[in-house]
Amino acid sequence: MATRTIFHSPLRPVEDEQIVGAGFAPDVSSDYTTQAEVRAYQRESVTKGDKMNSRGLRSQLKDSVPVAGLCPQGAYGLQDSLRSGFTSIKNELLPSHPLELSEKNFQLNQDKMNFSTLRNIQGLHAPLKLQMEYRAARQIQRLPFLPSSNLALDTLRGSDECIGFEDILCDPAQSEVMGEPHMMVEYKLGML
Amino acid sequence: MALSTILETPGAGFNFDNAERNAALEGLFEGGQTPKPLKTGTTIAGVVFKDGVVLGADTRATSSDVVADKMCAKIHYISPNIYCCGAGTAADTEKTTDLLSSNLSIFSLNSGRNPRMVMAVNILQDMLYRYHGQIGANLILGGVDCTGNHLYTVGPYGSVNKVPYLAMGSGDLAALGILEDGFKHDLELEKAKELVQAAIHAGIMSDLGSGNNIDICVITKEGVDYIRPYQESEYKDDRKMKYKYRPGTTAVLTEKVVPLNLEVVQETVQKMETV
Repeated sequence: MATRTIFHSPLRPVEDEQIVGAGFAPDVSSDYTTQAEVRAYQRESVTKGDKMNSRGLRSQLKDSVPVAGLCPQGAYGLQDSLRSGFTSIKNELLPSHPLELSEKNFQLNQDKMNFSTLRNIQGLHAPLKLQMEYRAARQIQRLPFLPSSNLALDTLRGSDECIGFEDILCDPAQSEVMGEPHMMVEYKLGML
Repeated sequence: MALSTILETPGAGFNFDNAERNAALEGLFEGGQTPKPLKTGTTIAGVVFKDGVVLGADTRATSSDVVADKMCAKIHYISPNIYCCGAGTAADTEKTTDLLSSNLSIFSLNSGRNPRMVMAVNILQDMLYRYHGQIGANLILGGVDCTGNHLYTVGPYGSVNKVPYLAMGSGDLAALGILEDGFKHDLELEKAKELVQAAIHAGIMSDLGSGNNIDICVITKEGVDYIRPYQESEYKDDRKMKYKYRPGTTAVLTEKVVPLNLEVVQETVQKMETV
């Protein structure tokens, strides 16, 4: 069983983690973790008051702004050629395209900039309230392998009135490949 | 077919997987040159006159040494009062101006007003700066709004200039010479059209990447006059023969007819509700 570390963040309020967890109780019981263990983990995370919901750690790490940018998946940080194809060592340290890092973190950086400006103008309460709304809107999702329209999040951001390249190129609704639903759920829960 | 290598839904927007693959392959084929995206030569120019703005462009699109399109439209519609000439990578200018036009029309529908030039310029500037020059679009925006007649240029890295007359593209030096010589403030309409036409003509004569016809677009408070083509090239090719073959050129050797016997198995009639 993989070890899991749970971060304590006493400054953040305790959320209702069950929003995501209760939506789908994983019916897939793999050989290594049972449903009881998953529920125990969920209960544990609620009582310890951390801000993470019941998703696994690895899938959440990918959402944060990474330092080096590209860490290979797989055990011990080794290259998993079967899953991820050919790469070079240089690719794992530096991005191969100058825009790759800045595009991956663009929305996050914009939000950070806007919130810090708002904090300087209107005080701490303004970004706090807005971030609470963003967090609530971001949790309205379907199962991990189903696409979500993110309507509430779009309305909050104001991106329902804008068209950018992310609406035209690589539309996830028209993607040519499909992931295996069971594996995607397991990855989301950190069991993979 | 579900792939087990995909663990998360792919994000929308630009996908850089191929850059990674190219970097990995570069090591394998040492010495090979990767193909670079091709730029098309062009001459575009714009002039602010008394009642509005005149934009002009040539109509040639080249693909390295071959003319790919003899009648390509380089003056793009942005909004009823704003038009944009694009130089640089043709696909980039098309897509960028399309996106800008869509964003401005959403804004018009929301607010009920024609957009202002500064809004178009700001949207373009933000979009192009975000991609740090990787989108190769040199644009000349011209339009008339409630604040007056404006001519702006936006570079691929997001630089903006507001000027009374302007030329861009590979033929811009020749065109700019004509504009510098002939420009005066508050020109009349005919004089302004002649000036822009002379400028584009100089660009066509002096630059290999520009040629064929000249398009002119006149934007005033009353409306837009898009003259395409304003002047056709004297060197149009005059083909002596037609290359279409009339039916019967190739002889028919054998003919075999096989009738398909179809029978009606089931027939259902569904009435359509027409209101």
